[in-house]
Amino acid sequence: MGTVAAHGLRKSFGKVQALDGVTLEVPDGSFFVVLGPSGAGKTTTLRAIAGLERLDAGSVRLDGRDATGDAPAARDLAMVFQSYALYPRHTAYENIASPLRARRRSSSEIAAAVERMSSLLHIERLLQRRPAQLSGGEMQRVALARALVRSPRAFLMDEPLTNLDLKLRVEMRTELTRIHRGLGATFVYVTNDQVEALSMADQVAVLKEGRVQQVGTPAEVYERPANQWVAGFVGSPPISLLACHAEGDRLVGADGWSLPRPRWSTASDGRPLLLGLRAEDLSVERRGDASLPGELYGLEPLGDRTVVDVRVGTQILKVKARPTVTGTPGEPLQVTVDLDRAHLFDAGTGLALPRAGG
Amino acid sequence: MAVSVGEAVSAGPAGDRTPPARRFGGRGRSVLEVVLLAVLAVVMLFPALWMIETSIKENRDVYAIPAKFFDFTVTMDHFRDVFVASGGTRSALSVSFLNSVVVAGVSTVLATVLGVPAAWAYSRFAVRAKKDQLFFILSTRFMPPVVVVIPIFLMYRQVGLIDTKLGLILIYAAFNVPFTIWMMKGFVDEVPAEYEDAAMLDGYTRLQAFWKFTLPLLLPGIAATAVFALIFSWNEFVFAIFLTSSDTVRTAPPAIAGLIGGTTVDWGLVAAASVVFALPVLVFAYLVRRHLVAGVTLGAVRR
Repeated sequence: MGTVAAHGLRKSFGKVQALDGVTLEVPDGSFFVVLGPSGAGKTTTLRAIAGLERLDAGSVRLDGRDATGDAPAARDLAMVFQSYALYPRHTAYENIASPLRARRRSSSEIAAAVERMSSLLHIERLLQRRPAQLSGGEMQRVALARALVRSPRAFLMDEPLTNLDLKLRVEMRTELTRIHRGLGATFVYVTNDQVEALSMADQVAVLKEGRVQQVGTPAEVYERPANQWVAGFVGSPPISLLACHAEGDRLVGADGWSLPRPRWSTASDGRPLLLGLRAEDLSVERRGDASLPGELYGLEPLGDRTVVDVRVGTQILKVKARPTVTGTPGEPLQVTVDLDRAHLFDAGTGLALPRAGG
Repeated sequence: MAVSVGEAVSAGPAGDRTPPARRFGGRGRSVLEVVLLAVLAVVMLFPALWMIETSIKENRDVYAIPAKFFDFTVTMDHFRDVFVASGGTRSALSVSFLNSVVVAGVSTVLATVLGVPAAWAYSRFAVRAKKDQLFFILSTRFMPPVVVVIPIFLMYRQVGLIDTKLGLILIYAAFNVPFTIWMMKGFVDEVPAEYEDAAMLDGYTRLQAFWKFTLPLLLPGIAATAVFALIFSWNEFVFAIFLTSSDTVRTAPPAIAGLIGGTTVDWGLVAAASVVFALPVLVFAYLVRRHLVAGVTLGAVRR
């Protein structure tokens, strides 16, 4: 078993409200990612679950039992810190052995467990080194080994890959997913990297300013963002948002353009809306009935694709195109829109409009 | 890699070992500067040199006019007199040195044992009005001892602490605890709290986490702080002379001062006692010279 539930967590640091009613349900065995920009309260949420932060309000339940007042040691959780927090005067071996020593396991049992972990993470040759003699990636593995060496209720990971270089980060993403599958344990993983969230998570909770914006599978969060902010935060290049309103069977833009009104749209006429269009749902190469007139603003070649910036009225649309696309700035363009995959948000509340027929 | 107290410091900025760019007499020092520094050095060092000379001169050389700088007979009689009384028994001065060792030592241990956990708490926990509390603690060091010595004297008389070593130990500890808290808080701030967080998740209690993982990293800082406290207690004069009177309780500073003031003054003895008194301070100051600016993080946290 390894369910983690947080209910209505509130915590302020001075005048800053770090957590403003965070509620999360982490199912047993899931890879649960808490995603948000820095300062969103991700780390505070994790520390609250770990028992390292005293809460102003709210409760933490572990395996259905209230653990709000429990000491960290009593919660049976393991944590990987962003800074790794390896004990500087202990060797890698002693660092990994620490959780077992705290539990007074026999030294033969400890030796076996450390050996098992070090071969899993390929750090056998580093065991006698101290943290100062390890590279960032090596420290990261040792920190991971220290968490994995016992079988806690759940693993808490605080941006464990942030301090690694890009190549290593991609490698460790795959490896962490592999480890998670191998253990079948519950992971609560905090990150500000949406790629990590989308690629590793079973469930994502998107956090902003101490509030949960949306919880769902990566696909749900990406395909059906609950509000304008989530839509803008998840996805790269960022979603383009155009001010508009519905008028009969058309959507009329503030800049004068007009599109057929999406069949699924439930918006009443005249209500101010934001039309959200992802770069891959726009095209400058295809032709279709729904299109926006604009002019080429710039090209961002990214190797496997090119992002075309198109100016529509006063706004810039990001459009994904083949890497071979060319053009000169100022040249007129038609941007074809896949309206079935477009998003509509209430311009006032920012909330996504309900879709007719799902 | 055995991390010793010394390494913790020498691992600091790379510039540590390069000689200063401007050396005595080197380029960039004007003649005026050199002359002024020389005058200052003579003024500062002469009393110390004269003390050492006097301590090894025979009495008639001490009083010789004109003064003998080099051509005197060296004797160790004064040093013997510091420790041994004329009847071959232990001298009153040696008792006072012993008292100084006990008072300075115990008060330092007390201040360290109380101050280090307090510094840790102030560094790690959200304490109500923390800044005000810390300022209050510091403010107790603003006033010179002489301001509070009379009230302390009256209070001590009431509770029977007058002319006791315990009384001196308590007042020195009270003066050293604020110092220890302030200095140690700086050292604790330098040790990332994550070590303790990690240890608590490993299954240790908060106190175990402090004891096993933070305290070892604080040892260089504790050593430096304790030496400062020790030097304060060792040198303290005002409380000692007001609060103690008998030879069996008195510490060295008032005892040495007491040698002056009779009809004749045995300057040789005064000088020898002063040398013996100054030596431990010099040794300790030498030992901690590198820790005055020591940082204690050794490592594994990236920030």
